[in-house]
Amino acid sequence: MAVDTQAPSRGFSGASYRTCPETGLKVCSQAEALIKVNAVVAVVFLAVGGFFGLLVALTRWPAVHLLPADWFYLLLTAHGADVLLFWIIFFEVAVLYFASAIILNCRLAAPKWAWLAFVLMVVGAVVANVAVLQGESSVMFTSYVPMQAAPHFYLGLIVFAVGALIAVFVFFGTLVIAKEEGSYEGSVPLVTFGAITAAIIAVFTIASGAIILIPTFLWSVGYISHIDPLMYKVIWWGMGHSSQQINVSAQVAIWYAVAAMLLGAKPLSEKVSRMAFLMYILFLQLASAHHLLVEPGVSSEWKIFNTSYALYLAVLGSMIHGMSIPGAMEAAQRRAGFNNGMFEWLRKAPWGNPAFSGVALSIVIFGFLGGITGVIMGTEQLNLIMHNTLYVPGHFHATVVGGTTLAFMAITYLVVPLIFRKEIMFKKIAQWQPYVFGAGISGVSLFMMGAGTLGVSRRHWDIGFSDAAMSFDYPATAFLMMGLNGISAILASLGGLMFVLVVVCSVFFGKARTPESIAASPTLPSTGTAETVTTYGSEKHPKLPGTVVLVTVFFVAFVLYYYVNWKYLSEVWPLS
Amino acid sequence: MSEQGTGSGGAPEERVPAMQRLLDNPFLLLFMGVASPAALYLLWGVMELSQIPIAQ
Ligand code: HEM
Ligand SMILES: [Cu+2]
Repeated sequence: MAVDTQAPSRGFSGASYRTCPETGLKVCSQAEALIKVNAVVAVVFLAVGGFFGLLVALTRWPAVHLLPADWFYLLLTAHGADVLLFWIIFFEVAVLYFASAIILNCRLAAPKWAWLAFVLMVVGAVVANVAVLQGESSVMFTSYVPMQAAPHFYLGLIVFAVGALIAVFVFFGTLVIAKEEGSYEGSVPLVTFGAITAAIIAVFTIASGAIILIPTFLWSVGYISHIDPLMYKVIWWGMGHSSQQINVSAQVAIWYAVAAMLLGAKPLSEKVSRMAFLMYILFLQLASAHHLLVEPGVSSEWKIFNTSYALYLAVLGSMIHGMSIPGAMEAAQRRAGFNNGMFEWLRKAPWGNPAFSGVALSIVIFGFLGGITGVIMGTEQLNLIMHNTLYVPGHFHATVVGGTTLAFMAITYLVVPLIFRKEIMFKKIAQWQPYVFGAGISGVSLFMMGAGTLGVSRRHWDIGFSDAAMSFDYPATAFLMMGLNGISAILASLGGLMFVLVVVCSVFFGKARTPESIAASPTLPSTGTAETVTTYGSEKHPKLPGTVVLVTVFFVAFVLYYYVNWKYLSEVWPLS
Repeated sequence: MSEQGTGSGGAPEERVPAMQRLLDNPFLLLFMGVASPAALYLLWGVMELSQIPIAQ
């Protein structure tokens, strides 16, 4: 607290604030405390879950084959839950509080409820972990019935989801307060709009989860005799897939936020970017159907409408963001004088700042590795050549790890000095961290996809089939891929460890920021950039030759890879 | 809206375009964002499943 330029003041509604010396923003102390605790717990789950991921990858490396089968499935379940649910959602709650109370300059609605939400989420996450580690709940992340987990596994998830839902409503409540108290004029800033998108999708996600997990819990304790497996799959994926779309929305909001804070980048067009988010709100969740593309019992109309016609509108939304953010960066850099040639703006970007490099890598990995492969897999016909192979985890490690996790890591490098008000320790390690993690996880993604293309299935302990009744041999290249995947996993884990080390040490043992250290190394290049995040307004007269080239490269890659996969399909399944 | 506030003569109750009013209303968006997948994905999907004949 020693660094406050102003003592905390009391607002008219009884909330206390401080004024941020770096951004000039009014910071609600309750929002700040809640952002801190949610972010810290998120990082704990990332550390634990990431470690489990390493053990799983080392087991799938045939030459190492680390864990016995039962531990493999146990830790695979724990890995999925800890990273995809707990790390991501705790962090997202922090993002929601940031995008409402901090960006809109107002107090957080109902802080007591927000604390209750936090406690419920912690209790639920711990209970679910205990259930998995006790060994009776190795049902994988999807927990498909009729596999049955211990009752407290489902109960933990339900309690966690109730907490998350409360947090989402605290966010909506804060929007109402901001509007009533007039803390902003006109439309909310774009970053907040992205967070609204995430929160809306979260409501549908959690509702679907409740519809299916509550009966499944009752079934596990014996009150319900039967749950239809196909019904379970349809409704479960209403949650399982939609929750990935919360991630996408939150991650895109962070891309905009970091571009604005570090470069002063304004959206090229507020209208177009908001329409892109609207596409998410309306259509992104329908893509849940891609998990049922090989399921009998649902019609091709349902599958194709949901995964193609409707989804492509949402993909359009993503491509708009994917162009508009580099475009906004280019425009801002050119405004700042980096106007030579096609790419000076890109070369002279702050690549040594992990917040920037993390976001830049997140955009590239998400777009090229995650986005393109997602569209391929979501095409009903093409899906057949990789359904349930390692291609699937290969794809989603590019989206949810290379994309979302890396974006969350990137903004953490701004949250530590601005919200925790601590100096980042081990600056060199921090500088390298996004590159190490990004390279490692790109390898994990590519090599799992490579193995999947060769037919290696996901969630499989032994690709040598050593004790199978009928022997089967994968091509030798598949074994090579799994080895390279193991090596990449070690690199990614190293990148994860560097992140945890820097963040935990800085938060708990770092030096507090002082007016002198702020003056010597400001977090933001100028206070004006904070205003860019918190206000509505588009870039005027942008010129974007560099972005046009980058986008062209993306489309060429996309089209080529799409046709390669149709070619593949035609070879798997000759028609003549 | 920042463009709007600058002109001193601009009437404060200038009509906001319909699209912008939609985008400025989080609760309307919330309704649409829940109704769309609830109808097209969940309800439609569950209706198809409920039409599968039960094995004898
Ligand atoms: C050090 C970083 C990581 C490594 C090395 C890693 C590695 C792996 C491996 C090898 C698998 C098993 C694939 C299979 O056998 O089917 C897996 C599954 C999975 N990973 Fe990761 N992972 C990492 C980080 C993450 C993160 C950060 C997330 C989420 C944000 C994530 C989400 C998942 C999910 C959801 C599964 C599927 C679990 C299931 O099939 O039930 N991983 N990961
Ligand atoms: Cu999905």
